Amino acid sequence: MPFHPMRKLQSALCAGGFLLATLAPVAHALDVLRDEVTTGMLDNGMQVVVIEDHRAPVAVHMVWYKAGSADEKPGVSGVAHFLEHLLFQGTTNMEPGELSRVVAANGGTDNAFTSYDQTAYFQRVAADRLELMMQMEADRMVNLQLGEEEIRIEREVIIEERNQRTENDPGALMREQMRAAQYLNHRYGVPIIGWRHEMEGLGLEAALDYYQTYYAPNNAVLVVAGDVDPDEVMALAREHYGPLPPNPDLKPRNRPQEPPHTSPRRMVFEDPRVSQPYVIRSYLAPERDPGAQETAAALSLLAEVLGGGQTSVLNEKLQFEQKVSIYAGASYRGVSLDDTTFSLIVVPAPGVSLEEAEEAMDAAVAEFMETGVNADDLNTIKRKLEASRIYARDNVDSLANRYGRALTSGLTIEDIQAWPEILAAVSEEDIMEAARMVFDRNASVTSWLKRAPEVTQ
Amino acid sequence: MKTLYLALIAFVIAALPARAEIEIQEITTPGGIKAWLVEEPAIPFVALELRFKGGASLDAPGKRGATNLMMGLLEEGTGDMDARAFARATDELAASFDYGAYDDSVSISAKFLTDTTDQAMALLRGAIVEPSFTQEAIDRVRKQVLSGIASDKTDPDTIVGQTFDAMAFGDHPYGSSRDGTEETVATLTRDDIVAAHQAALARDRVYVSAVGDINADELATLLDNLLGDLPATGAPMPGTATYQLSGGVTVVPFDTPQSVVLFGHPGFERHDEDFLAAYVLNEIFGGGGLESRLMRELREKRGLTYGVYSYLVPKDHAELYLGRVASANDRVAQAIEVLREQWAHMAETGITQTELDEAKTYLTGAYPLRFDGNGPIANILVGMQMDGLPTDYVVNRNDLVNALTLDDMNRVAKRLFRPEDLHFVVVGQPEGLQAEATQ
Repeated sequence: MPFHPMRKLQSALCAGGFLLATLAPVAHALDVLRDEVTTGMLDNGMQVVVIEDHRAPVAVHMVWYKAGSADEKPGVSGVAHFLEHLLFQGTTNMEPGELSRVVAANGGTDNAFTSYDQTAYFQRVAADRLELMMQMEADRMVNLQLGEEEIRIEREVIIEERNQRTENDPGALMREQMRAAQYLNHRYGVPIIGWRHEMEGLGLEAALDYYQTYYAPNNAVLVVAGDVDPDEVMALAREHYGPLPPNPDLKPRNRPQEPPHTSPRRMVFEDPRVSQPYVIRSYLAPERDPGAQETAAALSLLAEVLGGGQTSVLNEKLQFEQKVSIYAGASYRGVSLDDTTFSLIVVPAPGVSLEEAEEAMDAAVAEFMETGVNADDLNTIKRKLEASRIYARDNVDSLANRYGRALTSGLTIEDIQAWPEILAAVSEEDIMEAARMVFDRNASVTSWLKRAPEVTQ
Repeated sequence: MKTLYLALIAFVIAALPARAEIEIQEITTPGGIKAWLVEEPAIPFVALELRFKGGASLDAPGKRGATNLMMGLLEEGTGDMDARAFARATDELAASFDYGAYDDSVSISAKFLTDTTDQAMALLRGAIVEPSFTQEAIDRVRKQVLSGIASDKTDPDTIVGQTFDAMAFGDHPYGSSRDGTEETVATLTRDDIVAAHQAALARDRVYVSAVGDINADELATLLDNLLGDLPATGAPMPGTATYQLSGGVTVVPFDTPQSVVLFGHPGFERHDEDFLAAYVLNEIFGGGGLESRLMRELREKRGLTYGVYSYLVPKDHAELYLGRVASANDRVAQAIEVLREQWAHMAETGITQTELDEAKTYLTGAYPLRFDGNGPIANILVGMQMDGLPTDYVVNRNDLVNALTLDDMNRVAKRLFRPEDLHFVVVGQPEGLQAEATQ
């Protein structure tokens, strides 16, 4: 039951469905590669997605809730993740830890994660164990039963988790401060794991309040992937999830939004545990919206063009030509319910100051804004994305993840399936227009991570 | 060529067993290279895994880090292609090549679309057989390695491992980081890199597996073209690493809120007749899952940590039994106390029949679930070859697990768990913990 903040570059995971003469082999290969996805809806509002892959007798069973840390009330940061831990602590029908024990006794593994926009629980088992998983997952959606002692111990566990992930890692501490500076009003500025002082006060009441508000079939998506038959999955889902009562009071996810950003923010984060300094800048950026993913597609490709590998613009200029960096990159996370970020990072070479690194980064971007996108580079990137669709078919877990994440971030099945074509249709000019829009210094945070002088013990 | 038909049977409680079927072909190419192949035409790509035994432990004296830097340079150009031209050519084929250096091996993992097999393999051949190793690339990648070494010096997770290794293995290559030190890496020359290449990438130590849209004849031709021009023999393997630590606690003071602990003592060789029993014992004791004894005692009952686990490390020239935990500075002493108790308890009383039954059910049920994609299967198959296992291990492995008796397990528990020899390395500002190292 760890949590995994989303960190993969979305643009690297998705691909395009275009046809160009030079790309014939890949296009041909794709003829045989449709995502074998079937969808349905239970009467109580629970969405069902089935992804077939019959190569191995394995099934992944996931329940995704459309509720993450950004849906928490003020003052109880970390409660979404805390509750995720507590969901392993028993129900009116199961002892604490029993669910995981039963999964293991059936040769399976289970886990869960919490992110800004969603919380998901999953098991990976032999395909014929699916029904048992549904039975247990349906049970803990409505029958959670918590004792004070479990609450107390689990609170210590999540504080140790924060120690491990954040307090012991200066880069993580810096990113936490940076997001807080990036978001002026939205809960994306609060860490998923929670602020320490608020975590220390988390208790039964806050956890149950979150549970009763968000854990209901009409706020959940069931994703089953692997060696399964869609009709059978639907029948089992109807039997086990179908009887659960929907929450009639569920509100639309209208969370506090960002006001206009009118001033660039800068920060210097110093810590004696830093050995490799770097500069990172994030810009507020639009996310993929249902029926309107074009700008996000252009931003995804912009991230690839600027920082997607050895041959990207920033690496060409900063690492190979000027030799001022040992690494440069760009990232954009398009799957998000509300405004997301577009980031640039430069790790300076020895002897290059952070000031010089930042200047070189700005100069490289400014030059790119003048010269524009190289058409050959764009074609290569699109081809790589295309091929990633083929490689992705080798991993049904990641397909299941992609659907679950998108469907709990405001997107629809149609949006997910249209995405490759939308990416393929992006032109050089679309990318430059997106770049002009996103590179607004007033909506940015620039951060230097530096080594602080040693403190005398 | 031997063909083996495998039916993997998952142990399940109900009547219907889960089945996966993979057909492993053992091939020997005309050029004498052995490989394992699973044909899987469902998706038009191939996963190819190459491993060369020896790895970073082949570094010549004073040249620590040469093998690691060399592996990082394979993708930096070949023939008339410089690093960027090579990256562009790889991107255009939508192929992916990954290179890794480990203590006992170096690895090359390739994925390529079936329709681009010839071009992709020509590129990879250039990288493996005729890398340019230009001074420009050496200097650039050297900076990246040095940056990593500098970062490691203030990373508690790395400090704890390097401290344990140095105390356990001294001057043997296992006693130092395979990345090298700032001093050794700074002085590595192009000649050192070329020598490391000749030492590590040779045909007498290569293990190969391929899974995907390719047949045996195609694979044989591919491998002879890809590897045929590598040297026939490489550097001799390093000698046995003698374990030099005894029981105790070593504290490395480091100003951070949570102490990181690595603990352990000698373990079992991979070829030890009791290795499988030890593996199952460890699964019960600290093998990663939430249900292990260590997770139950430290996390579920006491909230002392987010994660604690133990693992067997059967290296080629030494064998260890290790574990890791992280706990706040004011609680880590208690975590260590509980670990000591659990270790002693295991040595004295072993496991119960129920624990053994549950572990068997889990392990035999989970085993077939590993074979769930071309990439994962290729990885498993190359690992089996390096461990000297036969192809039919895939079918027999669950029977071997099921044949373990409680008597076996508790006999092996007394051999495996050595509470007196347990050494803890603690990085942090632990409170109430007496350093008692006898170094």
